[in-house]
Amino acid sequence: MAEAKEPNPEFTRKVIDAGGKTVNLCFQCGTCTGSCPSGRQTAFRVRKVVRRAQLGFEEDVLPSEDLWLCTTCYTCYERCPRGVEIVDIIMALRNMAVRKGYMAESHRKVAELISKTGHLVSLRDEDKVLRKKLGLHDVPPTVFAHAQALEEVKKIAALCGFDKLVATGGKS
Amino acid sequence: MSKYAFFLGCIMPLRYPGIESASREVFKSLGVELVDMQGASCCPAPGVMRSFDQTYWMAVAARNLAIAEKMGVEGVVTICNGCFDTLFEVAHKLNHDPDQRKKINKILKDATGMEYNGTVHVRHFVELLYRDVGVEAIRAKVKAGKNMKAAVHYGCHFLKPSNIKKIDDSERPHVFDDIVEAAGMTSVVYKDKGMCCGAGGGVRARTPDVALKMTAENLKNMTAAGVDVIVDCCPFCHLQYDVGQVQLKEYKIPVLHLSQLLGLAFGLEREKLGLEVHQTKVNLPT
Repeated sequence: MAEAKEPNPEFTRKVIDAGGKTVNLCFQCGTCTGSCPSGRQTAFRVRKVVRRAQLGFEEDVLPSEDLWLCTTCYTCYERCPRGVEIVDIIMALRNMAVRKGYMAESHRKVAELISKTGHLVSLRDEDKVLRKKLGLHDVPPTVFAHAQALEEVKKIAALCGFDKLVATGGKS
Repeated sequence: MSKYAFFLGCIMPLRYPGIESASREVFKSLGVELVDMQGASCCPAPGVMRSFDQTYWMAVAARNLAIAEKMGVEGVVTICNGCFDTLFEVAHKLNHDPDQRKKINKILKDATGMEYNGTVHVRHFVELLYRDVGVEAIRAKVKAGKNMKAAVHYGCHFLKPSNIKKIDDSERPHVFDDIVEAAGMTSVVYKDKGMCCGAGGGVRARTPDVALKMTAENLKNMTAAGVDVIVDCCPFCHLQYDVGQVQLKEYKIPVLHLSQLLGLAFGLEREKLGLEVHQTKVNLPT
């Protein structure tokens, strides 16, 4: 006979404190899973993610690939009959997961780009040519055009420990 | 003439600058002055960056909001659902949670000398067009309307979460369709209209094949409804449909951002719309 796992309320408390404050309102009806566009294409079941967070099954939920199949479309959040703020729970879990080293290399690279340049997309020579042709400044008037502004964004990353997260992918 | 800080974000100015030039022209002709936000950065993206570190996400967003606050404008406007979600949600969180605001302002002040004061109004351009400019004023500007069948794609973060955004019904919205119809087009009903394009939440970066399956399902439904064009209000959805169709190979539906569509309808020169960088060719019925 399979042995039932013990719930871990300590982990659930951490999820609540990290922004998943409505997690205990869920009564597992499955409206979320039934509404999920990502779950139509994959085995991702958002209801299960919420249940694992509720029961504090940290080892099931944090390393899970499922956690990263949510597009944050908010359809489940809108339809939940209990007002569970599902996207906020997923965000809290993802923040905890990356701090434990569960960060895909593709995601670490995206984070590195913003950390170094202040933008998520690079400025290539061909972009400058096209911008000029359209009558725009060849360099957008953002951090790309203001070195001091970029320093400010980098300082925010340092103060939040985000630069370290990017460098290590959360692995100590 | 009303005056707004124009938040550029990343994908529009760097991959689809035609959306930027079209937006500038369209807003000018409708009596809205857009002012550049010197030194702004990525919003940062609400799916992918918020997933990594919500404190960093809020602090960088608060910096962008603080820049807009200092500009003496009526608010900050964006033509991107992602940027809108981040700026709106972070402003909302900081306005309603004094402890969070204190914590974020401490970081912001140490890094920049600025603070977020909670005085800036965050606007999505479709909502601004609908509420402030009005459908009739848009209709009055149309010179070269094309009666095409449009698949209007709202995307996710324009209306949702609707409990704080309070713009339109998230299940049966109409504001975006009304503007597209004012521009002379027919907004068609298609199956699962309102479904995510697939790109958000870091899914496109991490599991592009899963993102593309969602895109394909939308394209199949749009094709079944016989649409001539996809109209979006977000450069990330725009990118997903534009590049996604090339990857999928079986669809060739032109993709227009609403700013580009209005540019066409208002009789703007096509050269101002930057359509040549679209990977799915923009061949529109005449």
